[in-house]
Amino acid sequence: MSVTGNPLQPTLFERSRPGRGAGTRLPAAPADALDRLPSAARRAAGPALPELNEATLVRHYVNLSQLNWGVDTGFYPLGSCTMKYNPKVNEWAARLPGFAALHPLAPDETAQGTLELLWRLEQDLAEISGMDAVTLQPAAGAQGELTGILMVRAYHRARGDAARTDVLVPDSAHGTNPATASMAGFRTVNIPSAPDGGVDLAAFRGALGPTTAAVMITNPSTLGLFEQRVVELLEMVHAAGALAYMDGANLNALLGQFRPGAAGFDVMHFNVHKTFSTPHGGGGPGAGPVGVRSHLVPFLPEPLVLREPDGTFRLERAGERPTSIGRMRSFAGNVGILVRAYAYIRAHGAAGLREVSEDAVLAANYLKHRLAGAYVIPFPQPCMHEFVASSSEIKAASGVRTLDVAKRLIDKGFHPPTIYFPLTVEEGMLIEPTETESLETLDAFAEAMLEIAREARETPELVKEAPHTAPVRRLDEATAARQPNLRWRSATGGGHSA
Amino acid sequence: MAYGPHTAGERGRMLAALGIASVDALFEAIPDGVRAGGLDLPPALTELELMEHLRELASRNRTDLASFLGAGVYRHHAPPVVDQLLLRGEFYTAYTPYQPEISQGTLQTIYEYQSLLAELTGMDVVSASHYDGAAATAEAALMTCRATKREHVLVSRSVHPHYRETFETYFAGANLTFAEIPLLVEGPAAGTTDLASLEAMLADPARPVAGVVAAQPSVLGLLEPMAEIGRLAHAAGALFVAVVEPVSLAVLAPPAAYDADIAAGDGQPLGMAPSYGGPYLGIVACRDSLVRQIPGRLIGMTADLEGKRAYVMTMRAREQDIRRERAASNICTNQALCALAASIWLAALGPVGLHDVAATGAARAADLEAALAAAGAPRLHAGSYLNEFAVRVPDAITVHRRVLARGILAGIPLAELEPGDPALAEGLLVCATEVTTPAEIGRFAAALAAELAPAPAGVPVEAVR
Repeated sequence: MSVTGNPLQPTLFERSRPGRGAGTRLPAAPADALDRLPSAARRAAGPALPELNEATLVRHYVNLSQLNWGVDTGFYPLGSCTMKYNPKVNEWAARLPGFAALHPLAPDETAQGTLELLWRLEQDLAEISGMDAVTLQPAAGAQGELTGILMVRAYHRARGDAARTDVLVPDSAHGTNPATASMAGFRTVNIPSAPDGGVDLAAFRGALGPTTAAVMITNPSTLGLFEQRVVELLEMVHAAGALAYMDGANLNALLGQFRPGAAGFDVMHFNVHKTFSTPHGGGGPGAGPVGVRSHLVPFLPEPLVLREPDGTFRLERAGERPTSIGRMRSFAGNVGILVRAYAYIRAHGAAGLREVSEDAVLAANYLKHRLAGAYVIPFPQPCMHEFVASSSEIKAASGVRTLDVAKRLIDKGFHPPTIYFPLTVEEGMLIEPTETESLETLDAFAEAMLEIAREARETPELVKEAPHTAPVRRLDEATAARQPNLRWRSATGGGHSA
Repeated sequence: MAYGPHTAGERGRMLAALGIASVDALFEAIPDGVRAGGLDLPPALTELELMEHLRELASRNRTDLASFLGAGVYRHHAPPVVDQLLLRGEFYTAYTPYQPEISQGTLQTIYEYQSLLAELTGMDVVSASHYDGAAATAEAALMTCRATKREHVLVSRSVHPHYRETFETYFAGANLTFAEIPLLVEGPAAGTTDLASLEAMLADPARPVAGVVAAQPSVLGLLEPMAEIGRLAHAAGALFVAVVEPVSLAVLAPPAAYDADIAAGDGQPLGMAPSYGGPYLGIVACRDSLVRQIPGRLIGMTADLEGKRAYVMTMRAREQDIRRERAASNICTNQALCALAASIWLAALGPVGLHDVAATGAARAADLEAALAAAGAPRLHAGSYLNEFAVRVPDAITVHRRVLARGILAGIPLAELEPGDPALAEGLLVCATEVTTPAEIGRFAAALAAELAPAPAGVPVEAVR
C-alpha cells in the first residue's frame, strides 16, 4: 500500500502553539458579551483546544488521510458492508443550499422540496421492498432493527398478546440482531444453521411457539446465500402467530429480483449507505429506513411524511397517530444521507437497479470461481452478492491463518475482506466485490489471493508477519484494552475548571 | 447502469468462466413464486437531468428567509476548509476501521475527536459517536440503569421534547420507567427545573432512581441550576446526566465542573449543516469509572509491534459484534464522518474562535431581546440565557405565520414544540448566533411590531418582566 506522508503523525494537540492562527475567521466578540451571565454558570478557564493556522491544519488532515484506505483509493471487498463506489453527484446534491441549509423545524410550507423528496423516497423504497409503507427516521441499520422490533412488540401488545417474549435469530446473524432483541426487551433464542448454510426448518419448528414474537432473518444470509426455504419458513412463522423481520443489509443482491414484503416478510430495514451508495465515512453516517406491511403501519415511528389532497407535503405532528411507537431520534432522520439515496435511485431507475444486483452477483460468483481450489469454498452453490472462503486447509498445512492472509492482502494493495464472520465458518472470509469493480480489479485481487496461498506454502513467515508495507505493523491490542488511553492529556492538564 | 464498469464483452467473459449463458442462472435459488417481475419506478435520469431535478426540488425549500430557528439546531460559520478536508476520499469512502494498519487516518482523527470533546466537557471518556442528541441521551439514561442496577430515570422538561420522546421509545423497549421533572411556572426561576419536585421524586422509596437528566442550556434557552440538580441526584444515589450544547461549553461551565457523571448532547452546532434533521452527531461522555458501561466505539492509543505510536478500536467486549445479545447497545454504524467534521471545525476555529462564536451569539441574542421587547414581545422568563430565549406573543402561532409572510422565520411557537403546556402557550422560542446579522434582527423586530396590534390603553404589556 502506498503512503506518501510520514506514517507517524503528531496529534492536533502536539501541532498547537499558543497564539497560532487566532482571530481571522470571525470578528472578535464584544468584550462585555458575557457579563450578563451569572459567574457560577461561566467556565473558569477556556477549553485547551489546539491552536493552528490553516496550512498546518490542512497538512495534518491530508497526511492523516494518506494513512487511510477508502473505496476511492481502491478495492474494498469488505463482506456485508457493500463498499461500492459513491457517485460524486450525490455529494453535490446533499450540499445544495436548499437542502443543506434547511432547518428541521422549518414550517412545512417552507420545506416542500425536501418533503417531496422524502415522500418520493418512501414510495420508491416501498416499491423496491414490496412493503406498504416506509419510515425514513432511523439513523442507521441497527436503529432500523430496533425500530422494527419495537413495532413487533407494539403489534403483539395491541392484540393483547403479551406472552411473546422471544426473538429467534439464526447463529449466522449479524451481532446487531441479538443486541437489538435485547434492547427491545426480548430474549434472544439462537438457532443453528443447516449444513447447507440455510435456515434449519426443523430447528425453527422446534423453537417457534406462543412465546415467539419474531424471527429475524438476514436474506441473502451472511453466508451470501439466498434463503431457499424462505417460503416454508415464512409460513411456519406466521402459523405460529409470530412476525418475520428481514435484515436488509444484503439487499444489494436482490434489487428487482426479490421483494421481501411481497414474499411475506412483515418488516425489514434498509442500509442506505450500503445498497444506495452513500459514503461510509469511516463508520457512518448511514440511514436505516424501515418498511412494513399494512398491519404494522399504525405502529411506525413518527413523524411520517404525508401528502395532502392538494398535493402539498407535511410532516406528521407529534401525537397525531397515537398507536405509533414514538420517536427513534430527533427530527425527520439523516436527511442528507437520504438525499443521496434518492439521487442514486433516480439515476438508475428500475432496470438500472436490477442491473446493479445482477452485476454484483455476477462479480461475486466470478471471484468465487477464481478462488476455488486455492481456498476452501464451504458453500459451492451459486452465491448472491458475496461469498465465504476459508483458509482452513492453508492453516492446517502451514499455520497461516485467515488473519495473516488478510494482512498480506494489505501488502498487495487491497483492503482485506471481512474476516472471522460469520462466526459459523472456521477461518472464514466474507468477500463482497460489489458491482462497481472492473474485471481487471477482480482478476488482480484473485491473482493476489492465489499468490498468498502459494506464499503460505513456500514462505509462511512472510505471510504471518504481514503487513510489511503498511504505515504501521500489527498493533498491540491487548495493552490498548488493559490500559486504555482514550484521550490526549496535554502537559498542562487541560483547561477545564473542574 | 450509471456507475458500473462492465462492457458486454466483460460480462460475457465472466459468464463463460462460470459456464452459464445468462446471469439469471445465478438467481435460481429464489423460488419461482416469490421471484420479482421487476420494479415500477420513475425512469432513470442522466446526470444532467438528475441535477436539474434535484436543483428544482431544492429551490422549493425557503432557505432564503431570515431565520431565528434554534431549539437544538444552530447555524454557525462554516470555514470552507472544513468541507474540503472532509471530502478527502480516503476519509469519506472508508468504513469502520476494522483493519487498523490501513485505517490510522480514521483512527487518529476519532481519537482526536474524543480528546477535543473531553476538553470541552471536562469528562474522561468520549465515545466515537452516536446517531444524534436524542439517541445519545437515551443511551446515557440506559447507562445509568446498567451502572446502578436501578430501573427508573427522572428527566427534566428542560430537555428537548424530541429527546424525551426518544427516551420514552427506548425505555418502553427496555422495560424501564421514567418520569418527567416539571419546570417552575412562576417566580424568578420560572421555566427552569423545579428542584422541590425533583427532591420529592428522588425521595420515593418505591422508585429508586438510576439517573437524573437535565439540559444546559434548557430547551427554552435558560441556564439551569445544574450543580443543585447534581447534588440532589447524588444524595439519592442516582447518577447525573447533563445534556449539553457543545458550542456553549466555550463559555459555560463544563459538565465535569458541576459533577455530572455523564454528558450527552448533539454535535450539530460544531459546524454541521442543518439538513432538515441530519446527519448530526450524538455525543456521549462519561467519567472513567463508567467506561465499561459506555455504548459505542472507543479508539485507544497504543503501539505497533515496533513500538510506533498507533491507534486501534478498543474495549470491544462491550460491542454487539462481540457480545451479541449481552452488548451495551446494538449500535454499529455511527456518525464517524460527523465526528471528523466536528474535529476539523473545532481545530479550524481554535479556542479563540470558539469563544468568539459563543460570545458573539450571546451578544446578538441580547440585541435581539432588546429589539423584540421594543416591538412588543418581552421575554417569557426572567432567568439567564446564553443565545436562545422565549418571548411572549399572544396567539403566537398566528403571528408566527404572518411574520413568515414577511420573509422572517420567527423562531418556533412553543405551543407547537411543547403542546399542552399552558405556561408556554404564548411563547416564541428564538435564537441568535454569530451569523445572525443586525439587519435581520431589525427586520424581525419591524415585522413583529407591524403584526402585534397596539395594546389598548390601560393594559400592562410588560406583565412578566
